[in-house]
Amino acid sequence: MLQQFFFVLIVRPLVLIVIGLNIRHRERIPLKGPAIVVSNHNSHLDTLVLMTLLPWPLLRHLRPVAAKDYFLRNRVLAWFALNIMHIIPLEREVIDRHQDPLAACSGALQSGDILILFPEGSRGDPEQMGTFKSGIAHLAKRHPDVPITPIFLHGLGKALPKGEAILVPFFCDVFIGEPIRWSGDRSSFMTSLEQGIKTLAEEGYRPAWE
Amino acid sequence: MLSHITPSVLAALGGVLGILVVASLIAALLKRLHPDKNYTELIQRIRSWWIMIGIFSGAILLSRTASILFFAFVSFLALKEYVSLIPTRRADRRVLFWAYAAIPFQYYWVHEQWYGMFIIFIPVYLFLLLPMRMVIIGETKDFLRAAGTLHWGLMTMVFSLSHAAFFLVLDGARNPAGGGAGLVLYLIFLTQFNDVAQYVWGKLTGRHKIIPKVSPNKTWEGFLGGVGTTTALAMVLAPHLTPLTLVESLGAGLLIALGGFIGDVTISALKRDIGVKDSGSLLPGHGGILDRIDSLTYTAPLLFHFVYYLHY
Repeated sequence: MLQQFFFVLIVRPLVLIVIGLNIRHRERIPLKGPAIVVSNHNSHLDTLVLMTLLPWPLLRHLRPVAAKDYFLRNRVLAWFALNIMHIIPLEREVIDRHQDPLAACSGALQSGDILILFPEGSRGDPEQMGTFKSGIAHLAKRHPDVPITPIFLHGLGKALPKGEAILVPFFCDVFIGEPIRWSGDRSSFMTSLEQGIKTLAEEGYRPAWE
Repeated sequence: MLSHITPSVLAALGGVLGILVVASLIAALLKRLHPDKNYTELIQRIRSWWIMIGIFSGAILLSRTASILFFAFVSFLALKEYVSLIPTRRADRRVLFWAYAAIPFQYYWVHEQWYGMFIIFIPVYLFLLLPMRMVIIGETKDFLRAAGTLHWGLMTMVFSLSHAAFFLVLDGARNPAGGGAGLVLYLIFLTQFNDVAQYVWGKLTGRHKIIPKVSPNKTWEGFLGGVGTTTALAMVLAPHLTPLTLVESLGAGLLIALGGFIGDVTISALKRDIGVKDSGSLLPGHGGILDRIDSLTYTAPLLFHFVYYLHY
């Protein structure tokens, strides 16, 4: 309920009016769970944009997978992350080898949720794509039937990059790719995922930003 | 509620609605007569027109303040599309923030009828402020390009367009036929009509290219046909919406037809420079917002100062 208010009153006006999206291939957005949405990561806005993209009734089934050390670092942020954003906290550094870091993600997929995942692991340098971490491959291997939709985002890192507090409006590109599935091999899977997003990136025109 | 609207403005809005209905019927008929042809773009275009004219008419009918807010929002969308399109410097994020912040100020001067501030705020104060802000940040690489492109954007998307809004606050007693809203409608309708007229004349009779390096589809026949039709319509509409005399309305029509053409091709030159076909995807069937308001960036200040000099 609180989540719906937050999205209707703040996130949607922010994303659709202040920022403004240029969406390509909207028909490729998964319309039911279980599914995984994967994108490049440049800004805190990325998650909000991806969450407004998916159909309204699915909102409570959307689970952004987010770094535990960052989002649960204080009580206010933790409350917001867990109760409004419904994140699945993920350990970035695996300390206990006997614990399965992806158990919560698997559980969510089994109950039909849609995961939002940023394989770069962090926002990194604005508008630069880092290398993908292979956690997504473990998840794909465990759930070979779950479609994984690659999405390329551009512009949000200009609007609100890491370390900046002032939002500067830019129209942002959201290019959605064809879903892929576990290929049976980790390196070929990771290549096709990264390639999927890079191919999408080439679809658009992007002005210089240095 | 409608005290700020004269009967002839209401009639003009009704006329626009009529044109839209006819256009929609023709599109539906075309689709039925030629099911094998693709009319998607035409249909999208007309649908976008419905939405744009719906919001515009709603704002005009609601109140003067709503109409000013409407133009402020158009300026915001246009400036956003512009800075998303051009190369910008990472160091200038905060400079861009101030450029955006100029929009509410500029339209506030309009709302307060503060003509002196309205006319110098962007050409003088923002012109001086933004390079200063850049210098404080300290990045000198591409300084001139950044300062130049940003100021061109502010002048075009905010300063020029805000002239359309200033019509709304001019003394209504000097234009009993149409009031402020009448002049706005006169400007917007004729500018958009001129775009369509030049396009249609060009399609039907166009042979000699007028400015092939910038806009290869534009022809002398389209341009002159547009000038003729727009000027004729400007003279017919003037007594109902404006304080212009017959001879003055001839000048106004020429100004809109010529200015509209130039505004259109300057934005074409910008797009050609950058290497994109459409300025964005905000308005399905049209492209971006700049594709729609390109002509207006010239006609709004030109018509405004023409009318202001003669009658206010």
